[in-house]
Amino acid sequence: MKSDTPYVEFLGIHKSYDGVTPIVSDLELIVHQGEFLTLLGPSGSGKTTCLMMLAGFETPSAGEIRVAGKPVDDVPPRKRDIGMVFQNYALFPHMTVGGNLAFPLQARGLDAATIAERVQQALQLVRLDGFEDRRPGQLSGGQQQRVAIARALVFEPNLVLMDEPLGALDRRLREEMQFEIRRIQRTLGVTVVYVTHDQQEAMAMSDRVAVFNAGRIEQVASPEVLYEEPERPFVASFIGDNNLLHGRVQAVEGDTVHVEAGGHVVKAFMVVPCSAGDEVVLAIRPERVGLAPEHGRYSNEFEVKIDDMAFLGDHLRVQTSFAGSDFVVKIPNIVGHGGVLAGDQVRLGWTTTDCRALAPA
Amino acid sequence: MTSRHQGPGHMLHLVFCTLVFVFLIAPILVVVPLSFNVEPYFTFTEGMLRFDPSAYSLRWYATVLGDESWLRALANSLIIGVSATVLATVLGTLAALGLSNPAMPARPAVMGLLISPMVTPVIISAAGMFFFYSSVGLSQTHIGLILAHAALGTPFVVITVTATLASFDRNLTRAGASLGAGPWRVFRRVQLPLIAPGVISGALFAFAASFDEVVTVLFMGGVDQRTVPREMWAGIREQISPAILAVATLLIAFALALMGTVEWLRRRGASEAA
Repeated sequence: MKSDTPYVEFLGIHKSYDGVTPIVSDLELIVHQGEFLTLLGPSGSGKTTCLMMLAGFETPSAGEIRVAGKPVDDVPPRKRDIGMVFQNYALFPHMTVGGNLAFPLQARGLDAATIAERVQQALQLVRLDGFEDRRPGQLSGGQQQRVAIARALVFEPNLVLMDEPLGALDRRLREEMQFEIRRIQRTLGVTVVYVTHDQQEAMAMSDRVAVFNAGRIEQVASPEVLYEEPERPFVASFIGDNNLLHGRVQAVEGDTVHVEAGGHVVKAFMVVPCSAGDEVVLAIRPERVGLAPEHGRYSNEFEVKIDDMAFLGDHLRVQTSFAGSDFVVKIPNIVGHGGVLAGDQVRLGWTTTDCRALAPA
Repeated sequence: MTSRHQGPGHMLHLVFCTLVFVFLIAPILVVVPLSFNVEPYFTFTEGMLRFDPSAYSLRWYATVLGDESWLRALANSLIIGVSATVLATVLGTLAALGLSNPAMPARPAVMGLLISPMVTPVIISAAGMFFFYSSVGLSQTHIGLILAHAALGTPFVVITVTATLASFDRNLTRAGASLGAGPWRVFRRVQLPLIAPGVISGALFAFAASFDEVVTVLFMGGVDQRTVPREMWAGIREQISPAILAVATLLIAFALALMGTVEWLRRRGASEAA
């Protein structure tokens, strides 16, 4: 279903309410046909504003949004034919589930028989057969969520927007709904633009994730690439855990940079071109750091003292400090994890490729 | 427990509350038995105080309901009241919707202007209306009184609808638009059903405001526009008769029914919001 045809294009989008403080700046983003793309970022990073501009409830201050190749800036929301799932569901409380689902079909002037049939199909899709006479107030949060999704899909839009749709649900239900939304999206092949601040949710559901920070996109990539190859310190720390060390380039040697950080020299993989004297941020994943009893196993090996440690079931979380910063190491709970204790002096090691030298933010 | 409930502060509280109720309600309640007086007096007769059935009668009710001028006054009150209410409800609801839009400029100023008929002494607006309406030929007409009463009733609608809109989720109208419905369909199918309790209670207040109103009618109404309160005013001044008390009792019953309806709507709105 997923193709490389651009379906939604944000071209040079700028948004500011007062003309001074930018909410979104220099936004360039392409969503492909049939793609599940997530806008991920902390609150106030501009991701919801982007969604609202795409839905037509906000107007860009500059730039152009295109859907299926056509500019939509002069198209009112009701003519955009975009399904939308709101954060609080926005179900019509005075209508039954059936009435809610029939609403967009009635607005399109379909006949009663077609409407009844399409409502049934939509309810089956979200596995709520037989609920058409209930009112939203009589449903659980998860069921309301399903109704909201069914209502956004029942008129067969090509594009569906979702604004933190799982925020109000508890964790178990949230994980269930993540799979459910993904299943429906794959079944129908619709393009989905999804907004969340929950990085796990973004990782679990998306084809690609656009990471927002302070009104700008830091990186757009698949979940794997975002995790393994972050290009900026914000992405490195926002997606999963990361140890960030500030340092200065001493020498460059092919793809490898030698970085001086807190009196140590660390070998790192060069992500952006840099030369001696440049400031860089090193990002090292806690689970890519090993306890190294014998010398020479890793290209980077240092002696540290264990400040504290916590047993977390599947892994041990070891708190140390290195090069003047807190440094966390995750040791999988498998046979022979070392039997280390707080206060011990240990050797840590990591490879050059697991240590990424990024340009400072 | 006991000491807290029987302290001097508590006694004072009880006395105060009782006095409030006596002064508020007694003048209204005293009218009711007097309207059943068999004698043409405004005072309790000895027979009434002894609860002698022969001291009571429905004669004043019969007088009122058989009198052409009272019935004409009632018809006038209803025609003017209902028309003014419809006007005030439509205009007030539209105004409240506009005022609830954050993009609307000068909201406090416009709100203040719309509420002003409620704050301005009626005698002043009535006098002003009289001069203005006379110059455009609307004084001493039904239409003139309807417009005047609509102006007085609109603030009630604006206030009650604005209050209902404060708890209205704007995402619902956005959802309606995103589902392909035009503004009118969204209003009629989504917004109006949800703010209906506010609209109806505003309408009832507007109706009550018109139905009770005497000052504007005194200024603007001619012989053909005599309403019930205007007729009572004349009755008190010209022919002291307990028939007025019968009318007053009917009006009290009517007002209670209106208040009951408002309260019922309020509770229904509250339970639906929950």
